[in-house]
Amino acid sequence: MKFQQSINGWGRYPVIKAEVHDPFVLSGVKAALQNRGQGGLIARGLGRSYGDSSLADYVVKIRKLNHLLDFNSKSGVVTCNSGISLADLLDVFVPMGWFLPVTPGTKHITLGGAVASDVHGKNHHVSGCFCEYVESIELLVNPESVLLCSRITHSDLFHATCGGMGLTGIILSVTLRLKPVSSAYVNQKTLKAQNISEALELFEVNHTSTYSVAWIDCLSTASSLGRSLLMVGEHSSDNILAGASKHSLTIPVDMPTSLLNRFSIQLFNTLYYNRITKKEVKNRVHYEPFFYPLDGIHHWNRLYGKNGFTQYQFVIPKEAGKVGMTKILKEIVASGKGSFLAVLKVFGKQNDNLLSFPLAGYTLALDFKIEKGLFSLLDRLDAMVLDYGGRLYLTKDVRMSEQTFKQSYPHWQQFQSVREHYGVKGIFASYQSRRLGLDT
Amino acid sequence: MKKILIIGATSAIAEATAQSFAKEGARLFLIARNTERLATQATDLGIRGALSVDYALLDVNDRSNHQQALQRAIETLGEIDVVLIAHGTLGNQTDCEKDSETALLELETNAVSTIALLTKLANIFEKQHHGTIAVISSVAGDRGRPSNYVYGTAKAAVTTFCEGLQARMFKSGVHVLIIKPGLVATPMTEALSMPALLVADPNLIAADIVRAIDKKTDVLYTPWYWKYIMAGIIHIPTALFKKFNL
Repeated sequence: MKFQQSINGWGRYPVIKAEVHDPFVLSGVKAALQNRGQGGLIARGLGRSYGDSSLADYVVKIRKLNHLLDFNSKSGVVTCNSGISLADLLDVFVPMGWFLPVTPGTKHITLGGAVASDVHGKNHHVSGCFCEYVESIELLVNPESVLLCSRITHSDLFHATCGGMGLTGIILSVTLRLKPVSSAYVNQKTLKAQNISEALELFEVNHTSTYSVAWIDCLSTASSLGRSLLMVGEHSSDNILAGASKHSLTIPVDMPTSLLNRFSIQLFNTLYYNRITKKEVKNRVHYEPFFYPLDGIHHWNRLYGKNGFTQYQFVIPKEAGKVGMTKILKEIVASGKGSFLAVLKVFGKQNDNLLSFPLAGYTLALDFKIEKGLFSLLDRLDAMVLDYGGRLYLTKDVRMSEQTFKQSYPHWQQFQSVREHYGVKGIFASYQSRRLGLDT
Repeated sequence: MKKILIIGATSAIAEATAQSFAKEGARLFLIARNTERLATQATDLGIRGALSVDYALLDVNDRSNHQQALQRAIETLGEIDVVLIAHGTLGNQTDCEKDSETALLELETNAVSTIALLTKLANIFEKQHHGTIAVISSVAGDRGRPSNYVYGTAKAAVTTFCEGLQARMFKSGVHVLIIKPGLVATPMTEALSMPALLVADPNLIAADIVRAIDKKTDVLYTPWYWKYIMAGIIHIPTALFKKFNL
């Protein structure tokens, strides 16, 4: 089945027209690729990348290819079609004592999307990216050929595909090593930091914690610049694998674009920061609120109104440290455009995947609603990030320039060579890959 | 452990329901026409916890093959605790208006085949003296509406048939469940532009179905608010209803 449809990413900007295919068997995926006309084709999962990564002239949704194909209950190695969601994997495997080795802040993404974005989570500093746990990938590179790639076979294609934003072909299935857990609960500790330097110190002190992340207030100034709540956690060992928190809330319609303004966000941030009065609070929570606090609010992207929003996520190397982070934060605070939901995290070392985002350093992610003057602020931030040797996360990006991309992703040429070698360049292309000068 | 037969097993609602049953460790027998999908679905349900999963291919419009498919299910499962009939197509109403053959094919798939299967299944269940026959009808069968009255006609036939069957089977201790989903996000409905607020996830429908089977509900509107929406639609006076394009 195919339809001319209006589609967009999670940020709801931009909205484009595409020929959308939604096959529920492999032969349908091949047919969509076979019958493609002029223009690029990209695979799309649940549409949670923020910008234009999953937008193209031809879009093949893979969410209906969602079957579990193999599972070894001794080793925890599972093979699934790429359209299965992380939510579904958790539902099936947590009760059996297995957890995702790495998870981003939403479980409503597909396994294929997790690989294409080489997603990271709160444990990046100790566990690295999602693809470290991927043993192999079945990749459709043309209608006649499916290649099995791993660190041993077609390893060049494997490292291009992990984090490759779908530009090397359509990921059909993934073999993933799950992580054993003995509880569905997490022992959480929340620590209060009065400013950015205290926050970064707390990350250092807690570097052995499996999970750590900080919510950071991007509106407070002066000595409270970058005040944060740091949350660290460990899987509990209480042997309770059942249970789930099912409370959810839906944002039913677009909120007025004026709802989120400097004052409402400041109010939210102040309340949020002060919800904890002590320096340190310990509690035990279900994995859902710990890992996926926003999944409890359906369609939270509607909060930003009908014009949509973008999430700006950058990383700067450790050497740039506090000085760099402080300088960039000051620029954001001065703009007054900062949002709630700004997230700070320390990354561990980078991996061998050609377009993977994380590198050893500090990452900050924050939402901005699309409005006049935003892109010039982001251009200024880009320049600072580049100066420090940092880069932006492709999965969130919707507007960085070709030059910014090519300067900050040093392996882009190698990525292109792999695509040329396997004959996929130009066939698999997105609005993003064209904007970044990877396709024409 | 429950023994469950699902006809139209690759439909989104059926698949979500099968996953629920698999989690409980049921034995499943799947019937559908797409062999490619069925094969991986069987593997999937096994990993999710089903004690056994078997399947047979059947195009429900080949009525001469009904007996054989049902026979295989019974031989595999022994007896059937629950049968879920979930196959269906949502044809294009405009095409049905242009061509009587298209309209009749829509009735074949959504009504005639279901009635044929139910006739055979009713006799099997009557001898068994227990079990649930769950049939996916639709809110579309509650009142003919210009946007989908051919589909609605088929579903009205299924509903009426099942109402009679309900009373007949009651005497043998067999439960008949009439399921009336509203708008569900499935492959069948994706070409429609539907009001996002009213579109439900198949997993939600599946959870309602499993609960209704357990509670021996007679008629299930799912999600629940469709009961009230349809009550409203049924009571709009015809003189006024004709003016709408619902």
